[in-house]
Amino acid sequence: MSEIVLSDVCKHYGEVVAVQSTSLRIGEGELVTFLGPSGCGKTTTLRMIGGFVDVTAGRILVGGTDVTRLPPAKRNMGFVFQNYALFPHMTVAENVAFGLEMRKIGKAEIADRVKTALSRVRLAHLADRLPKQLSGGQQQRVALARALVIEPTVLLLDEPLSNLDAKLRQEMKTEIRLLQKSLALTTIFVTHDQDEALSVSDRLVVMSAGKVEQIGTPRDVFERPASAFVADFMGFTNLVPVKVEGHGRGQLRNGMAIAIDKESPIRGEGLLALRAEHMSLSSKPVSSDVNTTEATIEALTYRGSFVDYLVRLDDETRLQVRGEAQSPFAPGQRTFVAWQPDAGTLVAAGQA
Amino acid sequence: MNATAPATFYRVFALAVLGFIVMPLAVIVWVSFFSNKILSFPPAGYTLDWYTRAWERPEFREGLFLSLQTALFASLSSLAIGVPASLALTRYKFAGRDIVTNILLSPMVVPGIVGGAAMYIFYIEFEVATEVQVAGTLPGLFAAHLLVALPWTIRLVTASLIGIDHSISEAAASLGAGPVTIFFRVVLPVIKPALIASALFAFVASFIDLEKSLFLVGPGRTTLQIAIVSYLEWNLDSTIAAVATVQIAIIAVLLLITNRYAQLNRAF
Ligand SMILES: Nc1ncnc2c1ncn2[C@@H]1O[C@H](COP(=O)(O)OP(=O)(O)OP(=O)(O)O)[C@@H](O)[C@H]1O
Ligand SMILES: [Mg+2]
Repeated sequence: MSEIVLSDVCKHYGEVVAVQSTSLRIGEGELVTFLGPSGCGKTTTLRMIGGFVDVTAGRILVGGTDVTRLPPAKRNMGFVFQNYALFPHMTVAENVAFGLEMRKIGKAEIADRVKTALSRVRLAHLADRLPKQLSGGQQQRVALARALVIEPTVLLLDEPLSNLDAKLRQEMKTEIRLLQKSLALTTIFVTHDQDEALSVSDRLVVMSAGKVEQIGTPRDVFERPASAFVADFMGFTNLVPVKVEGHGRGQLRNGMAIAIDKESPIRGEGLLALRAEHMSLSSKPVSSDVNTTEATIEALTYRGSFVDYLVRLDDETRLQVRGEAQSPFAPGQRTFVAWQPDAGTLVAAGQA
Repeated sequence: MNATAPATFYRVFALAVLGFIVMPLAVIVWVSFFSNKILSFPPAGYTLDWYTRAWERPEFREGLFLSLQTALFASLSSLAIGVPASLALTRYKFAGRDIVTNILLSPMVVPGIVGGAAMYIFYIEFEVATEVQVAGTLPGLFAAHLLVALPWTIRLVTASLIGIDHSISEAAASLGAGPVTIFFRVVLPVIKPALIASALFAFVASFIDLEKSLFLVGPGRTTLQIAIVSYLEWNLDSTIAAVATVQIAIIAVLLLITNRYAQLNRAF
């Protein structure tokens, strides 16, 4: 059993609230990503779970056991640091063996397990090198092997890929995910990279300013953001003010009636989150089951395979719309912006 | 060859500075082999007599032993005190930490003669108050040399502890190591070059100290530096050059040995 439960955990540094009261359940064998902009409290939360930062209040349970007051050495967690934190004076094999030595395991077994751990990350041939004689990706894999060899109950990774180049990051991401799945290891992965989070996780925890904004599957979060902040962070370029009238009906500021999500609990002032690529421009109104409103082209940016238009509604609302590379619009032209009713997601009005 | 003109100038300048530093040392080594009765130029011939004569004079022989002994003590004891102090100074935030750091480093900037005089007066007052004699005793001398050496240890060891990546200690902790294990298996090996360098600098700082020792040596107990000064008061021959050459050799050998085991340039 290695489910992680945070119950009302928070962290204050004097006046600064690094993490507001947070409750969270991470299931056994699940990979959950903490995602959010710099300074939102991802590392602090992870370090509280790892035992490097004392909680101000709240409890942390792993597999039903309260670990809140346990020192890191007693938590049996695998922690991978952003800068790898390899012991510079020890060889790769010695680095990996360290955790086993702490567990007073016999020499022969240590040698065996180190070997297995290193071949798992395809580094058996570099066992006798020092960390400084390795590339970034290799160091990363040593850090991973060192954390995994102790058979931890949970694996905690703090931006493990941020020091790698794009190609290596892709490789390591896949590698980590495969390892995690094959070991069915409960894992928390911290990142501020949306792409990384979407592709690697079972569930995402989106954070902002020390607060959890949304917890959900990658698809949930990407398609149905729960707040203006999440919508903005997940690439909804447009947050359009809308008056929600209920029964799936709403009104833009320019008076245009539109169809919106019936299920949404939001009433009154709301924001309609729309992706630039889910909207289109046309020179005349399209069919009536599509939301349409008139606008003026303000600017356009050629992006190779497509063009990004900036259009202005008559009430000064600005929208970004993506068009085909050869679309015929020019600045100053009148146009119609259209989108499918289910392309938009309603979120509560509030700061993005 | 316009482009290389600044480079040439730079090289000549560097050589000049180097020469300026090395010259006096080279000359004194050279002079130690002159057979001239008093220090003069040019050499009348060459001899090793001055080395034998220096060795035959008890003040030099005993001075050398006392100095080596004192320096060894200063070096080891300043490690024993300086390493825990540096750990505390770098690991923990506490009120007055900067003040403590500055006090620990201050013997480096207080003129030796002032520090020596202060020690002497303190010892005398201590003696008056407790009737325990300290001035002129070996423990008194040792204590003063600990002060000479300690700032070097504190400075080098704190610098290296600050430079150490704290996450390696955390990594060790997450792998199951307690604080003591972390210190001996992770921190200590990483700061080893700084420890060796600080032991060396502490040793040398104590070995070459004249000012503090001036006040604190007792009857029949002089350090090598004081023996040299006393000798110079009455004599001017190559004995001094021979003694100086031996010192230069000792320090050079120490530096070479240290450099083998710790890259000194990386200790700073
Ligand atoms: N030791 C500390 N003392 C005071 N404030 C701190 C301390 N550690 C973190 N904070 C504050 O807590 C907040 C959260 O920091 P944290 O390191 O958890 O952010 P993060 O989400 O990991 O950001 P990043 O993506 O930049 O790593 C920040 O505002 C930070 O300034
Ligand atoms: Mg962080």
